[in-house]
Amino acid sequence: MNSSPDQIFIGAANRLAPWVRRTTGRRHVALAVAGAVVLGLASILLDQYRDYQMAEVAASAVAVAGLTVLIGLSGQISIGNGAFMAVGGYVAALLFMHLQWPLIAILVVSTLAAAAVGAIFGVAAARLRGPYLAGATLMLAVALPFFATRFSGLLGGDQGLGFFVTVPGFLGATFSPLRWQAWVNCGAALVAMVLLANLVRSRIGRSWRAVRDDEVAAALAGINVARMQILAFIISAAYAGLGGVLLAVVVGTVSPSLFTLSLSIQLLTAAVLGGLGSLSGAIWGSILLVIVPTYLTNVATSHGLTQATSSSIPILAYGLVLILVMLAFPRGIAGGISRLIGQAPLSDSESPTAPPTSWRRRSPAADRKEKGRT
Amino acid sequence: MVEFLEFTLQGISAGMIYAAIALSLVLIWRGTRVLNYSQGALAMLTSFIALEIEYRTGNYWFAFVGALISGLIIGGAVERLVTRQVINKPPLNAVIVTIGLLIGIEGLAGVFFGGNNRSFPTPFSPVGLSIGSVALGITRNDIFIAGAVLLAAGLLAVVFQYTSIGLRLRATAFNLPVARLLGVRVGGMLTLGWALAGLLGALAGMLVSPSTLLSPNSMDTIFVLGFTAAVIGGLESPGGAVVGGLILGIVLSYAGGYLGSEVVNLFGLAALLLVLMLRPTGLFSSAPARRV
Amino acid sequence: MSESATLEVREVSAGYGAVPVLRGVTITAQAGTITAVLGANGAGKTTLLRVIDGSIKPSQGQIWLDGANLAGRRPENVSRAGIAHVPEGQGVITELTVAENLQLGLLLRPRSERSAALADIYNRFSVLADRRSKAAGTLSGGERQMLVIARALATDPRVLLLDEPSLGLAPKIVRDVLDLISQLKTDTGLTIILVEQNARSALAIADLGIVLNLGSVVATAPAGQLAADEALRRHYLGF
Repeated sequence: MNSSPDQIFIGAANRLAPWVRRTTGRRHVALAVAGAVVLGLASILLDQYRDYQMAEVAASAVAVAGLTVLIGLSGQISIGNGAFMAVGGYVAALLFMHLQWPLIAILVVSTLAAAAVGAIFGVAAARLRGPYLAGATLMLAVALPFFATRFSGLLGGDQGLGFFVTVPGFLGATFSPLRWQAWVNCGAALVAMVLLANLVRSRIGRSWRAVRDDEVAAALAGINVARMQILAFIISAAYAGLGGVLLAVVVGTVSPSLFTLSLSIQLLTAAVLGGLGSLSGAIWGSILLVIVPTYLTNVATSHGLTQATSSSIPILAYGLVLILVMLAFPRGIAGGISRLIGQAPLSDSESPTAPPTSWRRRSPAADRKEKGRT
Repeated sequence: MVEFLEFTLQGISAGMIYAAIALSLVLIWRGTRVLNYSQGALAMLTSFIALEIEYRTGNYWFAFVGALISGLIIGGAVERLVTRQVINKPPLNAVIVTIGLLIGIEGLAGVFFGGNNRSFPTPFSPVGLSIGSVALGITRNDIFIAGAVLLAAGLLAVVFQYTSIGLRLRATAFNLPVARLLGVRVGGMLTLGWALAGLLGALAGMLVSPSTLLSPNSMDTIFVLGFTAAVIGGLESPGGAVVGGLILGIVLSYAGGYLGSEVVNLFGLAALLLVLMLRPTGLFSSAPARRV
Repeated sequence: MSESATLEVREVSAGYGAVPVLRGVTITAQAGTITAVLGANGAGKTTLLRVIDGSIKPSQGQIWLDGANLAGRRPENVSRAGIAHVPEGQGVITELTVAENLQLGLLLRPRSERSAALADIYNRFSVLADRRSKAAGTLSGGERQMLVIARALATDPRVLLLDEPSLGLAPKIVRDVLDLISQLKTDTGLTIILVEQNARSALAIADLGIVLNLGSVVATAPAGQLAADEALRRHYLGF
């Protein structure tokens, strides 16, 4: 009994499996290739609106992935990653408008630009913990639109700048631009996710987790805590920047109204929903984030609410999600579901969402309060 | 020279608003070790409630009192129902929960008051005041703002220092387990702390909303500037919050006046980062500086 | 002063999470007596006091004070029922002044009694009277111990729980503190439960001695008898 199609398939998979399993990096690449195939098929078989949504999800997933690594793995927080998305988007638009660079170059340079800004902010904020860091990133998110108005000559003010991705010639004149956008975004996202997954599994990822769990112990073990924190910040900014470019691909313009505080908080919501620290969770969270709000708004308008009112409903939903998930599942839904079905949590890291005890160094009064001592 | 005076006075007026927000943040931080990111959003909500009251009754002062009372109630309710659950959890949870509150309240306001385009009433005329023929650059309204915040801060200081409920509040903030052992109903004190902070926030909202167009997002920048003021003064120090607010208000007023109003928030960002880098515990706290 | 009362701990078991710390502990502190609870570190002495004061919920057992079972009540309510706990490490609220610390305790009394009670306390504790407007954080170790005991007395308790009052104090100060405790019993007839590692000194002023080991009561006897039992002393109490 060795020739039925199932057997052949299983035999091939078995032969391949050890090769794939031998290195995590290869496993990630294999997953990405499989993902690419699935997405490519979906893009071809489904209608154009799905292409649009896939492109949106890809953009969001990249940004959320960076954020979830920052929070879940390195124990920091940022509610300003929308600002880094803006950096990526605006740099891309400027390169497009003034220098007409090829797309790949634009992607890379914009990501690096966002990383650079992230580095500046990260160094400034290196000593900040917990609420102070959150407040500083909040300030960044709120202040950023004012850069666009201050330098409105260069940055287009409230109207913003245009950004277009044209279908390459070899695909033919009838190839749908939406499909090309989906392919570009999903391709970039897959590459980015593989790189991030490898990073998470590497020594750097382990150092992040060590710092998150106990800064003092990590420092004693020879880890340069400040450098690791700044690096995590840079990575999350870079990924946000890439997400910003991909978002610009989908939307076609970059403007201050695209990169609001609400966007930064949406990223946080997706990261929390998917489980802090989980890359697969970043994808799930992004899918929910792209699909559910439109659905909610449509339901609301169909019930007679005005456009302005019903577009607030998703915003209300984000807030409720954040509150309820943190109250009910302090480790994010992925962690919660895994706990319910009795498995170790789904995330890519070993101890995904242990409380970032690097924040536990609060004031003595709070410590006393927590320990119940006097 | 007249310009300088005008900017200074306007800066004081704006600074008082930041001081009120900063004070409410300090109140909550000292009492519950939580930084309430939704404080601005709560102020926005109470301002919308006040707007409704004013629309229906035609009386500003009803609306004013209504805002303050709803600030008390909503502030206390939020503590009891939401933040009480995260008090003994890791700080990350409290940050995310209060961010959730921030955005949730903005969404709520959008749903209920979203289409609202009414202008916000002021109790006093917005006409500029002058001494003799010299225009001072401020209005009666500005004086009202400064007076209201100083009065509120003063009353709170008196309550905290000289009354038994103030003693209980302070004991709960300084050492909760010991306060419990002395019979203080600490749960109630935590709720009261948030309620008082909600009152301060509502006051700030009422004072600032006439000059900013009230919308679900309009308190975002005021909040971060209030946060900056609190950081400048040191999160542990109520007096520092007021001074921090004044300093920030005056500095930003000069920046906006001489360099153009678009740079105000950028200056605020720079100020925040500067303080956090150089003296993160604030100008007035006695806590040792944090090492890297 | 309130009438003192008998405190009964009946078959109390308690622990932190899955770790049992107290197993079936039964203790009776008679009204107007000093009961010394002794034993090595980790024996469960502090846990016992925390169960009595309501900070820890026992998994089993009851705490009886004058016909009422206090087990499971919250600390603020146990304190209002008349049990004052002076925790280990003193528990002075350092940011408040001496007077404010005392006033906090006085809040549990009816308003009309407060000034008289405060005057009493300043009488008994002259060092506190001298430092009344100083921040409590500026007090020395011995003075702080006085302050927390005075503050506990300010609440007009019927039972006083003292957790390691001698901890970290110089020997002379320890003697002063223990003398004070002994004096309290005589003057006020308060029921006192004294947890101490310094077993010798504690037994010198106590009426009843109880030895805990690994969460169980291994000996209950009048203090003099316990002090005289050499084998027991050497085995459990270290002297």
